[in-house]
Amino acid sequence: MLNVPTLSQLQSEGKKAEIVFWVGCAGSFDDRAKKITKAFVKLLNQTKISFAVLGTEESCTGDPAKRAGNEFLFQMQALQNIATLDAYQVTKIVTTCPHCFNTLKNEYPELGGKYEVIHHTQLLKQLLREDKLTIQGGKYKGKRITYHDPCYLGRANQVYEAPRALIQKLDAELVEMKSCKSKGLCCGAGGAQMFKDAENGEKEVNIERTEQALEVQPDIVAAACPFCNTMMTDGIKNKEQEGKVEVMDIAELIANANDL
Amino acid sequence: MNYIPNLIFLTLLLLGIGIFTRNIKRIRRNISQGKSLDRSDQSGLRWKNMIQVALGQSKMVSRPIAGFLHVIVYIGFILINIEVLEIVLDGLTGEHRIFAPLLGGGYDILIATFEVLAFLVLVAVIFFWTRRNIIKIKRFWKAEMKGWPKLDGDIILYFEVVLMLLFLSMNATDSLLQELDPEHYVKAGSFPISQFLIPLFDGFSADSLLVLERSFWWMHIIGIFIFLNYLYYSKHLHILLAFPNTYFSNLNPKGRFAVDMSIKNEVQMMMDPSFSVPEVEVTPPEKFGASDVFDLNWVQLMNAYSCTECGRCSSVCPANMTGKKLSPRKIMMNTRDRLEEVGKNLNENKGIFENDQKQLLNDYITPEELWACTSCNACVDACPIEIDPLSIIMDMRQYLVMEQSAAPAELNSMMGNIENNGAPWPFSNQDRLQWANE
Repeated sequence: MLNVPTLSQLQSEGKKAEIVFWVGCAGSFDDRAKKITKAFVKLLNQTKISFAVLGTEESCTGDPAKRAGNEFLFQMQALQNIATLDAYQVTKIVTTCPHCFNTLKNEYPELGGKYEVIHHTQLLKQLLREDKLTIQGGKYKGKRITYHDPCYLGRANQVYEAPRALIQKLDAELVEMKSCKSKGLCCGAGGAQMFKDAENGEKEVNIERTEQALEVQPDIVAAACPFCNTMMTDGIKNKEQEGKVEVMDIAELIANANDL
Repeated sequence: MNYIPNLIFLTLLLLGIGIFTRNIKRIRRNISQGKSLDRSDQSGLRWKNMIQVALGQSKMVSRPIAGFLHVIVYIGFILINIEVLEIVLDGLTGEHRIFAPLLGGGYDILIATFEVLAFLVLVAVIFFWTRRNIIKIKRFWKAEMKGWPKLDGDIILYFEVVLMLLFLSMNATDSLLQELDPEHYVKAGSFPISQFLIPLFDGFSADSLLVLERSFWWMHIIGIFIFLNYLYYSKHLHILLAFPNTYFSNLNPKGRFAVDMSIKNEVQMMMDPSFSVPEVEVTPPEKFGASDVFDLNWVQLMNAYSCTECGRCSSVCPANMTGKKLSPRKIMMNTRDRLEEVGKNLNENKGIFENDQKQLLNDYITPEELWACTSCNACVDACPIEIDPLSIIMDMRQYLVMEQSAAPAELNSMMGNIENNGAPWPFSNQDRLQWANE
């Protein structure tokens, strides 16, 4: 049973949370991404860290609206969310979505929302360093895992090491694709592409990226973004490799390894 | 004494510098058609960035072959300018090899170094030409490279070959004349490369050699004046603009897109009617986003002039590599072409732009290109001089959506969902925590 306190619950009990878990729209509504959300909550529960979610008080950060060109809608979402976060005197936020992460971290401060924002892979790595989290290696020992850098975590915010450090803790073999880290190829979902059909071309972007991933013959494609996860999962299906290659979020890998 | 050559030289020098100055002023004026943007902060970091990226070529070498060859041509270009300084002083004073008596033995080393560099530049340029025209590296043959851009790239290489050959031929004939006519040609310099050209001029009389040497000398320096003024008409402006371009580049995290603070009050009023606008009134812009070069900021316009069309951006663009029409390089080339068109309009109309019924959007860049962007920042990361095509794409999308409501239908429903239920999909916000109980 998951323990998922909301900020309003805690407030009514006169309590506060150390960190707010920003679930994001994908993490809340998308069937595949919900599994990532739950895996991450299981880890949070295991580490006994004090956290809470906003629940029904959370709303889209405005990222897709802004990337689609709607600055007005973005600011409406941002100001509304800032009002909610400030009402609870939130200071620290963790999120499993690099798009939420980027928007909260980089685009909210100018509008008045100043928080410490970290990605879930950064928090997990920190908990590991503080010995609050242990990672059981056994289950993934010797597996070939390739890590797909989400653009909004990697290039946009220079987070390359935390996800890789966690994968290495699984006793797995981390294999890099030909374009990785700052040269990583997009999955095709960013910039609001997730919500529309692609323009005419020769190929879908996620197929190109999936081909790069399959070149290194992985057992698992590790992702750190719910949208990348969807795109890569679709790519693997398209290549009829779903029996052989799994697409998993790093939180799921660790939760699985820890038998949660 | 006969001062005619000195006067001809002075005239050519003034003409060369004069036209160059006029071109630079035009570029400045054209760039200043853009909107203001304050990039005067963090000067320490900006200097450091410029030294590292422009002077130190740090991003060039991420592609080792092209990077290595480029560094050779770049060092050659910078150091050979010392020789150009001597040539200019010789031309003005009527002296020959004016630095020789000043530097003594050091002069031999200097000339030898220039010769070796000239040779290396020649080799590098031949490699460059081969990459473009024989190996036909894909990024040099994309759609936007047809016609002038392709020719421009080759012309620059030919220029460099001709200039280096003239320099070496000048030295070869000079060294022969040092033997035959020591009265006019003092013994100076060491010629490790041009000595191999001597057989070509063997058996020529001192008079013929004199004509040849003078011809090479004049053609070389006139060639340099022409090249200096070719810059404005070519993609080669990067040799100058790479420096301000990296100095004024965006130092924020790449994921942080500009937030338009001028509309914050309006948004707040819309959300809360009781919100009173603060004393300091900020007027919302007359127009959201960009449909023409006037709507872009000056850094974006400088970016356009700085682009040398290497195509590294487009070769890593996920949309471009999967066959979509978007090419970040084309975005920059189009921006420059439109800005040049605006510049010509200004020239013809005494500095006041006359509406030409054209704009950057549609006449140069189509919405189809703009909507293919995933905002992944690969193009920005790939640019060796930190040009930001993505910011232009985003500004133009903003125009399409906020001024023309011209987003693709699916994006309109996505935005409708966000507006109505706070998520890009049609789910009720009341169900946001359902996952915890599933």
